[in-house]
Order: sequence, then structure tokens, then C-alpha cells
Amino acid sequence: MRVLLLILALLSAPAAAEEVVLGLSRDEVAITTRFDGSEILIFGAIKREEPIPADSELDVIITLAGPSQPITVRRKARRFGIWINTDAVEVDAAPSFYAVAASGVLTEVLKDVEDLRYRVSINRAIRSVGAPETVTDSESFTEALIRIRRDSGLYQRLDDHVVVDQQTLFRTSVTMPANLTEGAYATRIFLVRDGVVVSEKSTKIDVRKVGLERWLFSLSRQQPLIYGLLSIAIAIAAGWGASAVFRYIRA
Amino acid sequence: MMIYLPIAEVSVNAFLLLGLGGIVGVLSGMFGVGGGFLMTPLLFFIGIPPAVAVATEANQIVASSFSGVLAHLKRKTVDLKMGTVLLTGGLVGAGLGVIVFNYLKGLGQVDLLVKLCYVVFLGIIGGLMFVESLRALRRSRAAGGAPLPRRRSRGWIHALPFKMRFRTSGLYISVIPPLVVGVLVGILAAIMGVGGGFIMVPAMIYLLGMPTKVVVGTSLFQIIFVTAFTTLLHATTNFTVDIVLAVLLLVGGVIGAQIGARIGTKLKAEQLRILLAIMVLAVCGKLALDLLIQPGELYSLGASGGH
Repeated sequence: MRVLLLILALLSAPAAAEEVVLGLSRDEVAITTRFDGSEILIFGAIKREEPIPADSELDVIITLAGPSQPITVRRKARRFGIWINTDAVEVDAAPSFYAVAASGVLTEVLKDVEDLRYRVSINRAIRSVGAPETVTDSESFTEALIRIRRDSGLYQRLDDHVVVDQQTLFRTSVTMPANLTEGAYATRIFLVRDGVVVSEKSTKIDVRKVGLERWLFSLSRQQPLIYGLLSIAIAIAAGWGASAVFRYIRA
Repeated sequence: MMIYLPIAEVSVNAFLLLGLGGIVGVLSGMFGVGGGFLMTPLLFFIGIPPAVAVATEANQIVASSFSGVLAHLKRKTVDLKMGTVLLTGGLVGAGLGVIVFNYLKGLGQVDLLVKLCYVVFLGIIGGLMFVESLRALRRSRAAGGAPLPRRRSRGWIHALPFKMRFRTSGLYISVIPPLVVGVLVGILAAIMGVGGGFIMVPAMIYLLGMPTKVVVGTSLFQIIFVTAFTTLLHATTNFTVDIVLAVLLLVGGVIGAQIGARIGTKLKAEQLRILLAIMVLAVCGKLALDLLIQPGELYSLGASGGH
């Protein structure tokens, strides 16, 4: 009996000695007509039952990922004197937005094996399986995807961007650009010691269109015929209205 | 003021859009053209996805041509019968155009198709207009008043069957040429996001031999239906009509058009034509350079699937 209790106690004890208590400045991002990007504050504390281990530094890595979608990456080449799309590679799943913030330099803080396991770095967050036989350098297509999205602020690697106080409190901020895709944005926090993940916690932030944006977007997808007729009706009304107003001014 | 466009999914400056609509409106009022052939490339330049730009511009043209046709109806300068024949062809053409558009979208070549169409047509029209108006300007300087150039004989058009009488235009011709013109302009309207007036008007004058006074009104009349149909097709198959973008553009556009019409009356016809030709050639040149010069970024991203 006593042995059983001991086993139960061991099982119910936290797997890690350190655990994350998480806070978000907001768990919802509303895309309104005036939406122009958003900044999210992610902060938290580390709960311990034991004293702080003295022999190693604590690092914190935070990732924020938008919904994954398949993407076609196309490459232009010169044909008949003009530049046209020739080769294409399908990337099976790429997050529409991805930010990874670390308390140090990501590649120094996290071991490569752990990166592979948890898919933390931008390169690992993208899943690309096969390329057509005509394309021999599918690597450069994935690199192009990352480069294009990094330049437009959709992929962010934020080294030295997480502040850790007293090995207990941590915080970071992520700036999201205006051209966001709707969906649940997965937020993950990793506690890392000696390059190994000792604890992980995840939550999600809802990014959604609201109000007029929501209504127009749903209407255009669910009732495209009505949406189309509405567009035409608005155009006709505006055209008639303009000519009526100007005739009145002239008269 | 930044505004988020729900369908294009980009954030753009609302005043920039109102301004663009206004400037193109002024130009279209000055020159009596729809302005779609200028607006759509401008939308490409400010970063609106080409598919959204084309579909939304079709919607905006509905507004501007409806506003224009009301004035022409009052002056009785619309040949409704000819317009109906043209738009029958136009609707068929718009349908074909959207099919081609969607097929090439799947292949990832739609941007190329749209841009190539622009370069070719703007180049031809702009070039012809430039030469023609230079000649007219020189003639008017030399002789004071220029005689109208004689129209080419249209012998083969008169030999075609299915003749019909068009009273307003004073024509008795086969319905085949207007149908064909309608189909061709309809295809272009769907692919390029334009009303097609800049092709329709010369075709009506030189090919069908219609009197100049009914040409613009009739062209506007059929453009309303063809662009409205194109808008519907794009809205139901591609979901690319952005109503917020359309409203901003057409508010600027209708105001600009009225201002432009007043400026237009103060300039000479030849000067107007040369200015328009230079503008058309400039847009054409910019698009051609984009195709010819090696782009800074060789790669581009597109949504998967759908083909």
C-alpha cells in the first residue's frame, strides 16, 4: 500500500521542477476596419517547488504561430526575353505568421536536437516534403519563402528579446503586422536549461475579423451571389447619386 | 488613415485610394474614357493583389459608366438596339474571359497574362493615338482647319448575312461584326479589369461605321452590363471583389470625373489626345520594364491548390 502511494505521488508530482505561469496582454486580436497591426505582450512567471538550480542559466523561448497553410512558391526565369513564372514548389505547411523570441541568441540557447523535436526555429516551423523532379534546388524555394515573409514582417526571429528577471519573471512583446490571416495563433513558451527544454506551456490567441470586416468577408464566401449583387447595387446607386448631386449643384 | 480591406487582406491608406480614384476620375472626365486601364495598373503598383484589383475595378466601372450613361440617355445619344447586340456578345466574352482567367490562375500565370494584355493593348492604342494626334496637330497648324480623314471602305462587312436595321445609328448591317466586337471586348474586360471603351470606341467608329455622336453613349451602355456581369462572375468564382476598396475608389472617381470634365472643355482636342497618348504609353512602358528587367525578387508566393 505504501509503495503504491509512493508511486502515485511520484506520478502526480510535476514532471518538471520548474513550471510556467503565463499571462497575455490580450488573448484576442480583432481585425477592424481601422486595423493597422497589433502588439502583444506575453509575460509570465516560473513556479518552483525547489530552490533555483545554481549550476545553470535559465533561458526562455517564446513562439507565436499563425494558422498553417499549404503554399506554392514560384520562381521566375527569363523566357523569350521576359520574366515569367517557370518552376514551382509546393510547401506543405507554412504558418501564415511566425515569431520566435529568445532570451539569448536562439541557436546558442537551444540545442539543434531540441529544435528538431519541438520545431522552434523558423526553418523547422515550415514543413516541406517533396518537390517536383524538375526542381533540383527545392531548398532555395523554402529559403525564398522565409525571406519574403521575413521582409514583410510575417516571420520574425527576435534574439535577445525575452527579458528574464531573477530567473523567475519573463516578458516579451511581439509586433504583428496589418496583413494578418484569421485563425488561432498558437503561443508556446519553453523553459530551457543547458540547451534542453525543461518545461513547455502553450495557449492560443484568437485573431479574427470583427464587425463590418467580419460581415463582408463571411457574406463574400457564404453568399457570393448576394455579395456580388450588393457590390453592383452600391456601384449603380453611387453612379446615379453622383450624377444627381452634380446636376443639382449645376442647376 | 489606414484602412483594412476585408477581401484583399491588406491595410492601405484610405486617402491614397480616394486620391487615386480622384486623379483617375479627373483624367477620365477630361478624356472621356473609363479610366480602368489606368486604375488597375495603379492598384498593382500600390500592392493590391492583381486578382482583387481586376475584379474590384470591374465593379468600380459599373458606377462610373452608369453615371455617364444617364447624361447620354437624356441627350438620346444611345443606340439601345446596337448596345443590346454588343452586350450579348460582351456577356459571352466576359464568361470566356473569366474561364481563361481562372485557368491561368491555377497555373500561376495570371499576373503575366494580365500584364502582357496591358503592355500589348496600351502599346498599340497609345502608339496609334500619339501618331494620329501629332499628325492632326501638325495639320491644324499648317492649314488652320483639318479636313476629316476619309473612312475606309467596309465592303466585306456589307457582304455578311443576318442584316439588321439600327435606326439611331442610321445603319443597316449584319449583326455578326458587332457580336464579334462585343465578344472580344468582353474577354478583355474580364481579363484586364477594364470597361474596354478604349477599344470599343475605335472599333465602333472605324469597323462598324457608327456616327461619332452615339458611340460614347452606346459604349457606356453596354459596358455597364458587361462589367456588372464580370463583377458577379469574379465574386462568385474567385471571391476577389473587395467592396470597401470599390467604394473608396468610386467616391474619389465620381468627384474627379466632374472636375475633369470641366478642365477638359478648356483644352484643345488635339492637345488632350496627345496628353492621353503619352499617359497610356507611360503606363505601358512601366509595365513592360517590369517584365523585361530582372526582378529584384525572383520568387513569389501563391495559395496552393485549385487547379
